[in-house]
Amino acid sequence: MSDELQPVADTEPIKDPGLAEHQFRPQDVDEAQAKRTERQIAWMFRVAGLLFLGFCFAYFLIDIDDTFLGWSAQNFAFGMTLGGGLLLVGVGIIQWAKKLMGDHEMVEMRHPSASSDEDRVAVMKDINAGIEESGFGRRPMIRNSLLGSMALLGLPAVVLLRDLGPLPHGQRETVWKKGMRLVNDVTGTPIKPSDMQVGQLVNGQPAVVYETDADGEPVLHGTELLQVKSKASIIVVRMRPEDVTPSKGRENWGVDGILCFSKICTHVGCPISLWEQQTHHLLCPCHQSTFDLGDNGKVIFGPAHRPLPQLPLGVDDEGYLIAMSDFPEIVAPSYPELARDQKKLDNKS
Amino acid sequence: MSTTEQYTPIEQTGVGKKAAGPVGWLDDRLGLAGVAKKNLRKVFPEHWSFMLGEIALWSFVVLLLTGVFLTFWFQPSMTEVEYHGSYLPFNGLEMSQAYKSTLDISFDIRGGLLIRQIHHWAAALFIAAMIAHMLRVFFTGAYRKPREINWLIGVGLFSLGLVEGFAGYSLPDDLLSGTGLRFVDGLIRSIPLVGSYLEFFIFGGEFPGDEIIPRLYMAHILLIPAILLGLVGAHMLLLVYHKHTQWPGPGRTEKNVVGYPMLPVYAAKAGGFFFVVFGFTALMGALLQINPVWVYGPYNPSEVTAGSQPDWYMGFSEGLVRMMPGWESTFFNYTWSWNVFIPAVGGLTGLFVVLGVWPFIEQWITGDKRDHHLLQRPRNAPVRTAIGVAGMTAYGVAWAAGGNDILATKFHMDIYTLTWIFRIGFFVFPVIAFMVTKRICIGLQRADANRILHGYETGVIERSPEGGFSERHAPLPAAQQYTLTAHDRVPVLEAPAETDANGVAAPHSRKEKLRARVQRFYYRDTLDKPTAEDVHHAEEHLGHHDGHPVELGDEFQGVSETGVPRVH
Ligand code: HEM
Ligand code: FES
Repeated sequence: MSDELQPVADTEPIKDPGLAEHQFRPQDVDEAQAKRTERQIAWMFRVAGLLFLGFCFAYFLIDIDDTFLGWSAQNFAFGMTLGGGLLLVGVGIIQWAKKLMGDHEMVEMRHPSASSDEDRVAVMKDINAGIEESGFGRRPMIRNSLLGSMALLGLPAVVLLRDLGPLPHGQRETVWKKGMRLVNDVTGTPIKPSDMQVGQLVNGQPAVVYETDADGEPVLHGTELLQVKSKASIIVVRMRPEDVTPSKGRENWGVDGILCFSKICTHVGCPISLWEQQTHHLLCPCHQSTFDLGDNGKVIFGPAHRPLPQLPLGVDDEGYLIAMSDFPEIVAPSYPELARDQKKLDNKS
Repeated sequence: MSTTEQYTPIEQTGVGKKAAGPVGWLDDRLGLAGVAKKNLRKVFPEHWSFMLGEIALWSFVVLLLTGVFLTFWFQPSMTEVEYHGSYLPFNGLEMSQAYKSTLDISFDIRGGLLIRQIHHWAAALFIAAMIAHMLRVFFTGAYRKPREINWLIGVGLFSLGLVEGFAGYSLPDDLLSGTGLRFVDGLIRSIPLVGSYLEFFIFGGEFPGDEIIPRLYMAHILLIPAILLGLVGAHMLLLVYHKHTQWPGPGRTEKNVVGYPMLPVYAAKAGGFFFVVFGFTALMGALLQINPVWVYGPYNPSEVTAGSQPDWYMGFSEGLVRMMPGWESTFFNYTWSWNVFIPAVGGLTGLFVVLGVWPFIEQWITGDKRDHHLLQRPRNAPVRTAIGVAGMTAYGVAWAAGGNDILATKFHMDIYTLTWIFRIGFFVFPVIAFMVTKRICIGLQRADANRILHGYETGVIERSPEGGFSERHAPLPAAQQYTLTAHDRVPVLEAPAETDANGVAAPHSRKEKLRARVQRFYYRDTLDKPTAEDVHHAEEHLGHHDGHPVELGDEFQGVSETGVPRVH
């Protein structure tokens, strides 16, 4: 049926009048005009050359912290000389092609993309001869064993990748544990309930982030520190106790209306930062998931699904806020084994 | 056609004599003349829209050049070091070597900042040009047989281009790039069943680990560029093999190609254009700041800047993620994060799959197995054009949604309302766009038919003896008329046979029926061009219109494609 959809022949309303006559350019008929164009283009190239030289002068003469109209003077000078020169070269060449080079339109015939039938037949014959002579069809044992070994060669290729990284582990836990102090994210100082006013939000970290060893060197640094922070970062908020409606089992997770939640969005893990005092809503700046901290970190808008995990709080002998356990819920973005891991966590507590 | 006769035989020119030696030496070994003979004067047709692919090509070359420069100093390592460079606000700060070396390139290597900025601008331009080029190929039907494979190569280039851009964006290890990586980490985790394994293998452990930047570096400067280069090469080879498509017009047929020879005109124009693209990106690098990493600071998983945005070409993916409701479910004891997986992984894959299969779907619908070398004007394929515009609309909505926070503050709107507008708009606006575009196309087709049959409006107002006013029409020049009609007729559709010749139910009847339905949808309302008879009829009418044909003055120069008389 497909080939029947050809246009009905010879209903073409207008005959092809054929290629238009060649149009001469001013430069083709007026030698003076052509000379003028030539001079103009040559000047473009000369100025470009000068700009490239200017680039080199700028390189050695301009100091790295000189400024020009608020720009870095170097960057400005380098870019203007280089860019200006390149543009002039480009425009010059194009003008040359347009105005002075021969502009005969040419007609070339197309050839079918397909090869000729003879070629196809010849190739099929050759392939056939190849198959025949190899005995690929007639000797299944040798063929199949080769195919089998080739398939098995895939295994080493995959197995070799095994050491790209460790197997997934430890996604359930963070460094939080019973008794660890909450410290201010910026100063590293521990937090007392009396430090916090109603409506205030403090960005925090587990105390271990700021701990130092005997030599005064931080215990955690580099990647390890980033890994810890990307799961254990917290926010501490103080609300009026009557504004908080803890769900069952969470009644004693706060201290005088001070609650602590994971700072890591359960969507894809951005640190959450936008706090609206009046509504107790916390908005993630990345994709606007909004969590209600008065209502156990429940999601009230956006692409996140799981509530923000809450950290049960207590106070130590010196009156500082501490964690009463690790997060009872899994922090950070979801992953396939999350449901299973959550069950294990639930069983533990 | 051949004008060789006018030239001095090359063997007798000075250049010819000098070159004969080395060229002969090479040809003795490589037999280059055989290849060059066919290609040096190869014909390329001209049109502004054919430049879009060139912009993509040249910005890719600019990326290669500037990228090599950056590799001299960039250190792809996540090892922590203390900063003591020229940027004083960070003195003594701990940061990764990757971030430090990026600061060094920006502040301590002369010209480093410029090259960094050119590199980034060229990347943005590369993807933009590629998309514009792809749209021109789509809307003109240039992907039709025999060019489907080149279209597929193009889709490969597009998808790899996005990955390459993202990998580059992640390398400096500043706050924005780290936030982007965090997003990718969440995205990888959302992949059903194997997400955690992929995450640990790719990042070399738990996020962020210390492997991801060296690995992305390898992908960014070796693996992906090598594949891109190979694909660009294949793209160009096929272009030469098929010869470029051309717009229909007098003397331009399915069987020929009309244009300028590669040597010298086309080569000069294309080569000159490289310098223009390079120069343009260099000026951008001089005047427009891009990705000032020192403003963001080093990556810290507990910090984020509000209003942080990915590079523009990732915006649609970001928007899809923002629009998605928070769906997640648990079954078979596994967590399935639809809220991330569908928009992020599904959205990107969906885009490329739809692009990749479209030529084949259209071919199935139209049943058209012929080769096509003449481009179509978008109006003459109204449903394709409308589908394209609908797709662009969906992309646009997603892209805008990627900046919903910025839009909300700009327009003082509630972010939740805005998000809902995008959620609904993502499905509704494309449908509206489809209907409107199709109408416009058909309106334009009608206007074309009118111009063929009734000529163009001369702007000369006449008063008839009865006192009525009318505008004189003059026939279009033949070349114009021909150009407007040089496209396929709308095929006559037949209902598929329900039964075969013997009255037995035809075997593929179901599939054929579906196809017939889609085919009707595809061609419905498309206006066919006038027939020879129509034109003949109209000519008589126009010619003898109130007794005297319109006189065209000496200054008449024909009319432009839009029907406006040309004056010099
Ligand atoms: C690295 C990216 C790319 C480069 C450097 C590139 C370059 C080019 C150039 C220079 C041409 C010839 C001039 C022109 O028609 O514009 C061309 C033709 C073509 N490109 Fe691309 N392109 C790229 C990406 C794409 C993409 C994303 C698609 C589509 C998905 C695509 C599909 C095509 C097709 C089908 C042709 C043949 C068109 C014709 O002959 O009219 N290309 N490409
Ligand atoms: S990471 Fe918080 S909403 Fe996406």
